[in-house]
Amino acid sequence: MVSESPSRNTPSVPLIEVEGIEVVYDGAILALADVSLTIGRGEIVALLGANGAGKSTTLKAISGLVVADRALITRGTVRFGGEEIGGIAPNLLAQRGIVHVLEGRHVFGHLTVEENLRTGTFLRRPGRAETERDLEEIYGWFPRLKTKRRTPAGLTSGGEQQMLAIGRALLTRPELVLLDEPSMGLAPIIVDEIFEIVAALNRQKGTTFLVAEQNIAVSLRHAHRGYVLDGGKVVLAATAAELRQREDLHEIYLGLASA
Amino acid sequence: MNLFLETLIGGLLAGTMYSLVAIGFVLIYKASGVFNFAQGSILLFAALTFVTLLEKGLPFVAALAVTIAILILGAIVIERTVLRPLANRSPMTLFMATLGLSYVVEGAAQGIMGAQVHALDLGIEDVPIFLGDVLISQFDLVAATTAVALALILALLFNNTRIGISLRAVADDTRAALSVGINLNRIWQIVWAVAGIVGLVAGMLWGARQGIQFSLSLVVLKALPVLIIGGFTSIGGAIAGGLIVGAAENLAETYVGPYIGGGITPWFPYFLAIAFLYIRPAGLFGERALERV
Repeated sequence: MVSESPSRNTPSVPLIEVEGIEVVYDGAILALADVSLTIGRGEIVALLGANGAGKSTTLKAISGLVVADRALITRGTVRFGGEEIGGIAPNLLAQRGIVHVLEGRHVFGHLTVEENLRTGTFLRRPGRAETERDLEEIYGWFPRLKTKRRTPAGLTSGGEQQMLAIGRALLTRPELVLLDEPSMGLAPIIVDEIFEIVAALNRQKGTTFLVAEQNIAVSLRHAHRGYVLDGGKVVLAATAAELRQREDLHEIYLGLASA
Repeated sequence: MNLFLETLIGGLLAGTMYSLVAIGFVLIYKASGVFNFAQGSILLFAALTFVTLLEKGLPFVAALAVTIAILILGAIVIERTVLRPLANRSPMTLFMATLGLSYVVEGAAQGIMGAQVHALDLGIEDVPIFLGDVLISQFDLVAATTAVALALILALLFNNTRIGISLRAVADDTRAALSVGINLNRIWQIVWAVAGIVGLVAGMLWGARQGIQFSLSLVVLKALPVLIIGGFTSIGGAIAGGLIVGAAENLAETYVGPYIGGGITPWFPYFLAIAFLYIRPAGLFGERALERV
């Protein structure tokens, strides 16, 4: 991994600590009222909630992309390995090990699959041989991408685009991957395949994941812990096993419990 | 037949100059989605800086190097003071900013270097030469070669290098580019600097022909139909658009002009551009969203 600071190696400090953040878009629209969460090194954490609950905004607050959407963290703190990172530009945070796979995949449509992957290596400025090695590793995880390497990414299927977006993100050599709705618009079998790969990456490489999902069943099958968001607030935090047991999850999730 | 060929070739050669101006616009449009109205002023500023340094007694190469250094510095300043604070605003806001920028650059150029017309001698003889039995302007030939060479260098630079792929990535999806660590501000600086250098070359060639003066900044208006025809997002399109406009206006002037009293050149490209807007609004090579259906 790149540029690990000493404090980040201390096991007692969580990888991510979000404390009571409030996020406001355009100076007027309140997206997050009060969100706190922690992510430990090597965990897969699920962030559940309905549309508009604040999942995407939470991820953007951590990755720094809130700024690109003209939003600001107006209260609270975000710490990465103990260091305050709120307000730091997303490209700098990518350099430090936080990568965001956006909702809706956002591949570079006019670039080929391989060019898309290469963009993920740019921040490390690797040599030619190292780039080739890194690309082969990603093709090892996502064999479908290799057969499409010369195809413009915009012409590949939704599942392939999701894999490409994850592969491209992994090439930044992240410590933390923020995955926003990887299941969106995909066939269940592809969703399973993607989550299997995420779980395997987590086991074998120790990569930490925060996964925002509406698909409760699949995400809780692979996550260690989960948070449920509703109306810009964390309404429930528990281990995945506990969350799986809860019968009222759908009600909380749909905002019925508070009604 | 000879008249036709001469007109056509003369037009195509002149068209490469239009292409050169248009390429500057395409680069910036691709990287930041803004029609840079200031491109004409920057072109003027670059050419004026160069000729002023030359008149101060600097050798050709030194004057060129200093001008390029100033353009790079200018790009960094523009990125810091105009683009960065206005990032994520609407394209119209950015367009208005470049409109303002164009007057600032023009005013600064005038304030520092004066408003008189400067002659620029690039040492190219403007004598017509025979190619077979077709008469061609030697100057046009040199200018066209320069334009083509520059376009090829840019194509190489932007196709497979890290900067090139980054630029195209930013053009496709700014947020995703940021998310994988591409430094948007750096890309903007590079692109504005390169657009400035392209403007310098275009300004030198235009200036050598008609003198370096303030009307040079009006080449913006020449580039607009080229962009509409070729598409705003393609360097190849800018080249094709320039050639089409150059050839078409020359042919129209020669063959249609006599019947309606001449003076077609200034407006015919716009006539052509409007026709293109009807038929092919994205331009010949303009990028449409690439999506699987």
